[in-house]
Amino acid sequence: MTSEATGETKFSDRVAISRRMRLQDAAFFWISWGSAAAVVLVLLGVLGSLVWDALPAFRAFGLPFVWTEQWNPAKGQFGAAAPIFGTLVTSIVAMVIGVPISFGIAVFLTEICPKPLRRPIGIAVELLAGIPSIIYGLWGFFVLAPVMQRVVQPFLINTLGDVPGLGILFSGAPYGIGMLTAGVVLAVMILPFITSVTRDVFNTVPVMLRESAYGMGMTTWEVVRYIIIPYTRLGLVGGVMLGLGRALGETMAVTFVIGNSHRISASLMAPATTISAAIANEFTEATTGIYTSSLVALGLILFFITFSVLALAKWLIGRAEKF
Amino acid sequence: MSFIKTIAMGAAAAAFSLSLAGAAQAADISGAGSSFIYPVFAKWGEAYKKATGIGLNYQSIGSGGGIKQVTAKTVTFGASDKPLDDKYLTDNGMVQFPMIQGGIVMMYNVKGIKPGELVLDGATVEKIYMGDITKWNDPAIQALNKDVKLPNEPIVVVHRSDGSGTTFNFTNYLSKISKDWADKVGSDTAVEWPVGLGAKGSEGVANTVKQTAGAIGYNEYAYVIQNKLGYSRMINKDGKIVSPSLDTFAAAAANADWAGAKNFHVIITDQPGAKSWPIAASTWVIIHKDPQDPAAAAEALKFFAWAYKNGHPEAKALDYVAIPDNVVALIEKSWGEIQHDGKPVYMAN
Repeated sequence: MTSEATGETKFSDRVAISRRMRLQDAAFFWISWGSAAAVVLVLLGVLGSLVWDALPAFRAFGLPFVWTEQWNPAKGQFGAAAPIFGTLVTSIVAMVIGVPISFGIAVFLTEICPKPLRRPIGIAVELLAGIPSIIYGLWGFFVLAPVMQRVVQPFLINTLGDVPGLGILFSGAPYGIGMLTAGVVLAVMILPFITSVTRDVFNTVPVMLRESAYGMGMTTWEVVRYIIIPYTRLGLVGGVMLGLGRALGETMAVTFVIGNSHRISASLMAPATTISAAIANEFTEATTGIYTSSLVALGLILFFITFSVLALAKWLIGRAEKF
Repeated sequence: MSFIKTIAMGAAAAAFSLSLAGAAQAADISGAGSSFIYPVFAKWGEAYKKATGIGLNYQSIGSGGGIKQVTAKTVTFGASDKPLDDKYLTDNGMVQFPMIQGGIVMMYNVKGIKPGELVLDGATVEKIYMGDITKWNDPAIQALNKDVKLPNEPIVVVHRSDGSGTTFNFTNYLSKISKDWADKVGSDTAVEWPVGLGAKGSEGVANTVKQTAGAIGYNEYAYVIQNKLGYSRMINKDGKIVSPSLDTFAAAAANADWAGAKNFHVIITDQPGAKSWPIAASTWVIIHKDPQDPAAAAEALKFFAWAYKNGHPEAKALDYVAIPDNVVALIEKSWGEIQHDGKPVYMAN
């Protein structure tokens, strides 16, 4: 409110301005405080309601709920071991397949790829992230599962199935649907996440470092192995953990191809279930209180698993920072 | 192909429900539950809408879900292929009555074996679902099918993953056949399956069997026909080979003694009779005795009365067995219990 005639600011105007600014500042302060608090409140609220609704199940079955395999709605006996096992195994399969491929794509894009191809390939990988998970589920069920049953799984059973020790992972009948197929679908789903993070951190390697290495006569492999990966180790861990978090919680795509059976089997070909698939499948039919409560307890366990993964990631990154 | 069909059907269903919502009549009848009865409910709903202008909004979410929703009063009626016991009905103030009967059929996807070519008996089906028989050319199956060339392929067992009345009747049949099954697995809308893949809903089982080479599953007959899948003939309690058809379902249903059963609690699996289909099942409608919305309950009962009377052609076209007229009279008499302010909400005459 400057008075234009004199070009001076009246004292009262200045007071008004400063008061308004103080108000604005206070409002801003509390709004941002509120936003931050809301996140924490929502998190605590979710945790609280999960614990509350899961209590009946834990009261009925105790801690053994976590390592009991039996899941029998008819008899009202519930145990979380099979879904926990399925969640971890499918995620591990996804990581074993997905991480090397993602690194490969990222190395190709940053080190080897001819310039004109860089953008199309990069966009193609990022588009993978835009496909809704239900589409991955349909694709897995209608396209991938028959191929797995007719081609991939018989091949694995006939080759790796005979290797002592390792063979047990590839034994049994080719169902098409099962942990391996779910892992493959998950691997495709986490590719874009790991790839884009990896590519971005690879690009942060100073050109001078890279060029010096090449100048010393290093091969591309040696540059990647001794310069780029050590330099970007931190970001790589972050990217991998991001992918793992996504794989652990994925619901729809997995529900289609996991086989929905509450059993622990050594063979990767066997049908199984995951925590989120079990919840999605059975929640509407859970007719008794203890059934619903057991499903909520599963959700709570998933909450802890993903929380631990994130915590581990932070810790690893923190440790890496010290070097 | 089936993928495109599924999407097209989904889109059609969405459009249909949208148009229902558009018509937005307070009088639309809401129900949920059994997917066993869904194909015929869909046809009846269409015909009833044409005849009266009142639509049926039925969610085929499985019997378990139907029981849950009607108990919670989110729908006017529930439908279940597993009858509720006296205690549950009394505790929740509900009544049940049979709506339709039909057959559960073993469906399969085995290359080179035509629909109806295979013959199975209860003991063999039990062993397959127990995990004791794992190959299609197992001696036990071969003994029943001397002239069929069975492949040396693994059997992929498919069952329901959700709470299902079809599962209840199927496991009830296996429990009658085998003590081992009754002791180890038992009979309910969801059980602890020894082997196999779980699929959601009747539609899910049909799709999974269709999609998986060497698969076997159990399903309501209409889903087998609609999906053009292979189905087996069965050996019944009298040791006769029977084909799934309206006649054999009706022969099994004819044994049901509705008048002598409290709350219409009759299971019709493994019935005697030369022509009886061994895995026959009924669907019950469950409704509150003192309905929250008496007008809606009356509309629902009016629809059921209409279906008992006029629904025979639709039921027959889908190979369901309509409830016989003398039983309908009993049912409609039982509706006197469904009251509001001491007066029945609707009486058929």
